[in-house]
Amino acid sequence: MTRTGPWWTAAIVAAALVLSGLLIAVTGGSPAAALRALVQGSVGDATAISQTLLYAAPLLLVAVGACCSARSGAFNIGQEGQVLVGALAGAAAGLRLAVPGPALLLVVLLAGALAAGAWAWLSALMNRLRGVDIAVSTLLMTFLAQQAVAFAVTTPWLLQESRWGAGAALPQSNKLPSGALLGSAGDHPGLQLNLGLVVALVVALLVAVALARTRWGFRLTMAGLNPVAARHAGISVAAVGGSALAVSGALAGLAGAMLLASPLSTNRLQPDISINIGWDGLLIALIARNQPLLTIPVAGLFAVLRAGGGFLAATGVPPYLVDVVKALLTLAFVAPAVIRRRPVIA
Amino acid sequence: MSDVAVDLATVLSSGIRLAAPLAFAACGEYVAERAGTLNVSVEAMMLGAAFGSIAVADLTGSATVGLLAGVSLGALVGSVHGALSHRWHVDTFVVGLVLNALVLGLTSYLVTVGDLGRHQVAQVSVPVLRDLPVLGAPLFVERWPVYLLLALVPLTWWLVERSRWGLELRAAGENPEAADMNGIRVNLRRRQALLWCGCLAGLGGAYLAVGEVGSFNQNMTAGRGYLVIAAVIFGGWRLGRTLAGCALFGLADALRLALPALGYTVNSQLLVSAPYLLALLAMLLFSTRRRRPGALAQPFRRLS
Repeated sequence: MTRTGPWWTAAIVAAALVLSGLLIAVTGGSPAAALRALVQGSVGDATAISQTLLYAAPLLLVAVGACCSARSGAFNIGQEGQVLVGALAGAAAGLRLAVPGPALLLVVLLAGALAAGAWAWLSALMNRLRGVDIAVSTLLMTFLAQQAVAFAVTTPWLLQESRWGAGAALPQSNKLPSGALLGSAGDHPGLQLNLGLVVALVVALLVAVALARTRWGFRLTMAGLNPVAARHAGISVAAVGGSALAVSGALAGLAGAMLLASPLSTNRLQPDISINIGWDGLLIALIARNQPLLTIPVAGLFAVLRAGGGFLAATGVPPYLVDVVKALLTLAFVAPAVIRRRPVIA
Repeated sequence: MSDVAVDLATVLSSGIRLAAPLAFAACGEYVAERAGTLNVSVEAMMLGAAFGSIAVADLTGSATVGLLAGVSLGALVGSVHGALSHRWHVDTFVVGLVLNALVLGLTSYLVTVGDLGRHQVAQVSVPVLRDLPVLGAPLFVERWPVYLLLALVPLTWWLVERSRWGLELRAAGENPEAADMNGIRVNLRRRQALLWCGCLAGLGGAYLAVGEVGSFNQNMTAGRGYLVIAAVIFGGWRLGRTLAGCALFGLADALRLALPALGYTVNSQLLVSAPYLLALLAMLLFSTRRRRPGALAQPFRRLS
């Protein structure tokens, strides 16, 4: 019996949804009303769709990056921290550099990607020098990134908001200049197609091609599947893993800088600017089984849940329901995929 | 007592209260890691147990029954983790992160729906000793589960270092292939270690809820599970140093909370990040790798 294929997929998604529905029913809510709110809030009208697409862009970027690192065997689980580092660097560049107009947006995004790429690459360095597990160091560094952002936005000589007149400065940075903000691609009545989504889709396609068609992608996949064989074939597993980590960190950082510049945030660096996009991106990559192209629909689904989740409160169902749904979906996809591979040929 | 002594006693007692949940969970995480599982779901175990203990205490009216329910919920998370990663060989980090997400979502959901009251286990103060200067109040006036540490720490040490079970468990973490050839059921030992981890992490989480705070709020463990992982790494996979790490992290947290009130300025971000920095530095600077279980975080599958 195969445990992949569309029918199996449909069955486990249905199981996760039924379980979530049971949870609502048992706690006295109405599953039908919750479903209606989720659909209405995410794809119900042009405004809702715009909101969903806004969420999809950073989720997609993080997930595509997570595919790279997971495939190379250098398993990065610190995306949440890398998103924060990207937002931090993006804010520093956007507020400190005197670059005019739309060029500033490019600088902000690049700064975020570069900083977070370097931040993630540190884990590869620590692994190479002292054999520190990459998953462990990326996880621990997430908490350092959180504190770094908290420090930057509460320290006046770093990025804390300048005080005008009375009132204490809040733990946040100044607003990014308008030239650095992500605008809409084309004008449609009601529907906002944010530039961020275009960037994310292009990146996803590029990474998919790079993984499938280039020498780098081949080496990366080989290093992940069998590091010993890869080493015998003359591939530097450490260097390939380092590059994969740097790419996955850079994409998470790009997502962070994008959050800062997108209408999703207040365009100020705040300690919670990452809104769990990093953790969600990791789950998306797991569901998509590290296939960059598959992350596109899954990221769309997660964006639907996020956008729709905001509308749940009106039905009396706590918005945390969407977190349960996301975790159940991931569990449903992760477990059977591996059970299938149980027979091992030595 | 002088002012300094009073301040010291305050910081010390809050440090012990902050360190105790970490110490319980660290005893569990230590066993799981010696058996070869880098168990990230310790956060889920603690959070689930914290919620379960208050919820069951609410149902039964007894905080002690709540505490036991917390322990069994931790064990439940441990057995799910064990089944997924040591029966079906799903990557342990993946299982851990998904379980953390699931438990965080579920508890946040349920606590919003339900209306949970306050429940707290009794306080015990040891006569005579509690009157000692400085150390008396922090050490000898506590909620009673704290004193379980006095039994559980030596028991954990004995189980891992001196019992046959512990020997097999360490073999499973060190060299699963060799252990397997000697007839040790590697994955069974690892699942059992995870169960022990779940019980103790559950106790830590339940202690936090029905012991220290007396109620549950959303994401109340707030990353303490990750702190426990940092403590085991900082301790170089030795039980004593791991517990010293817990004490240090608890004290750092207490200082962060107490120092501003005592009129000192303190960089709270540095104190919060200290455990993670120390764990990273310990891995970078000291030769902890010699004590690191050889097959840590690697699933074991018998070659057929």
